[in-house]
Amino acid sequence: MSELLAIDNLGKRFGGFIALDGISLAVGTGERVGLIGPNGSGKSTLVNCICGTVRHEAGAVYFDGHPLGSAAAHVRTRLGLARTFQLPRPFVSLTLLDNLRIPLLYTVAARGQGYAASEIEARCLALLREVGLEAKARHRPRDLTQVEMRKLELARAMAAEPKLLIADESMAGLTHSEVEDILMLLRHLNAEGIAIILIEHIMRAVMSFSQRLVVLVSGRKIADGAPEEVMRDPEVEKAYLGQ
Amino acid sequence: MRSDVFFLVCLGIGGAVFAAAVAFGNDYLFFAGYVVAQYVVLATAWNILGGYCGYVNFGSAAFFALGAYTTVAFYSFYPSLPVPALIVVGGLVSGVVGLGMGYLTLRLRGAFFAIATLALAVVLQTLVVNWDYVGGSRGAYIMRPETVAPLGNYVRYLFLAMLLLAVVAITAARLIERSRLGYGFATIRDDELAAEASGVPTLRLKLVATAISGALMGMAGAPFPYYIGYLQPSSTFGLDYAVNAIAMPLIGGTTTWIGPLVGAVLLGSLQQIATVTISSAVNLLIVGFLLVGFVIVAPNGIVGLFRQHVRHEPAGIVGRRRLGADAAGSAP
Repeated sequence: MSELLAIDNLGKRFGGFIALDGISLAVGTGERVGLIGPNGSGKSTLVNCICGTVRHEAGAVYFDGHPLGSAAAHVRTRLGLARTFQLPRPFVSLTLLDNLRIPLLYTVAARGQGYAASEIEARCLALLREVGLEAKARHRPRDLTQVEMRKLELARAMAAEPKLLIADESMAGLTHSEVEDILMLLRHLNAEGIAIILIEHIMRAVMSFSQRLVVLVSGRKIADGAPEEVMRDPEVEKAYLGQ
Repeated sequence: MRSDVFFLVCLGIGGAVFAAAVAFGNDYLFFAGYVVAQYVVLATAWNILGGYCGYVNFGSAAFFALGAYTTVAFYSFYPSLPVPALIVVGGLVSGVVGLGMGYLTLRLRGAFFAIATLALAVVLQTLVVNWDYVGGSRGAYIMRPETVAPLGNYVRYLFLAMLLLAVVAITAARLIERSRLGYGFATIRDDELAAEASGVPTLRLKLVATAISGALMGMAGAPFPYYIGYLQPSSTFGLDYAVNAIAMPLIGGTTTWIGPLVGAVLLGSLQQIATVTISSAVNLLIVGFLLVGFVIVAPNGIVGLFRQHVRHEPAGIVGRRRLGADAAGSAP
């Protein structure tokens, strides 16, 4: 498995608060990695640093062999790095179809693999069909339920045709069957060769999905390995799961 | 409808309006019509940045004045430069300043951006007041020709030029709205963080928006010295332009090209009627009352009301960034 994402000794502070403290991490092509940690452990900050939303102060991030340095978020997306947000952030004034049109127009086209104007709508509809939202293609996001909103986020990320998808708490607030729906979608994406970093509090989902588990606590990585092994790690039990 | 067909249709409507004014035979119509058409251009220009991208610009008067003072500057050494050429030059100067303003201020969001644009207007006014070449604080006189062949009165010519400019501005706005650029602008308005995550180069697009918006405002201002005859900083940088440029799209509706057009025609005409029946002093009062009324009753403007009641689309504010929203940038 070749290395897709490499994070080397990443550091980030917010004033006097150390959000990330020397994080090193690697994700291989097509790998499924679970990222867990209690609230405030630095998971979202790590995602924001990887995606270019927040600038890190120390260390380096490499994606697909490119040093990301201070590259803007849209440049990283165009390189193949997609994300979903903890709270869904759809384009509220656009229909679902147009929500998916954006990555096709701005990301896929920028790679020189753009679709012809006539193919774009068909591609958007195919993606909506894949996540079960085709019937609402011409609705606006305000008409969607919570789980549909999560699916729209995933579909929009898929439309960017990424190599790595970071799913930031994509299952928060969902019922058991809705969690299964999202997991199925993620597995389907992974089967197409997309590496996935799953950030989640629902342990059942993380354990069943991840090939590897990384644990953050107070901005530090305290464990990285096979999920069962990590869960048996005394430090993880103490810091995250309780005694 | 294809853009070239749309342009021809607008041109036809503009021609009909001009012909109707000529047929009516009252020269005041040309004076009033010029102001309404000027506001159509200003409102459309404001809407490209404020409505499409959600960045509220309080500095419209500065761009308008920049166009006007570019004309004054050129008039001093090349008085025979025709109005269409002045419109192009004024647009270029204002577009470049818009680009510069965007570069300096677009990392700010919400209320902070709005205040920065207001500051630009103050800085430019101070520069003009202290620049003797364009008349400084005492103002500048422009001698406009009495007549122009074959139209007759020069104000007819100015009205026709402004009508054409309005047609160009509306067509450009509609073209942008339905293009890749328009989709990009809409994502900036809705959620910049998500836009970047979808591959939209938000800063570059915002610079394009400030340049286009600034250029159109400057174009609206370029013929103004010929219209008014005597240009002075206090009126050219006046509150009227800044307030009207914002109020007209808000009243008409900000998410489409037709909103600013409807708002400008409605509000501009009302103000012209009030000017001759009551006093021009009540113009801003009318704007204030209408704006408050629309914010309460129809926050999506007249176009929003139409969509809600005629096309039965659901209510709810669409495509308007709260002034304070995202002010602190992205949270970690």
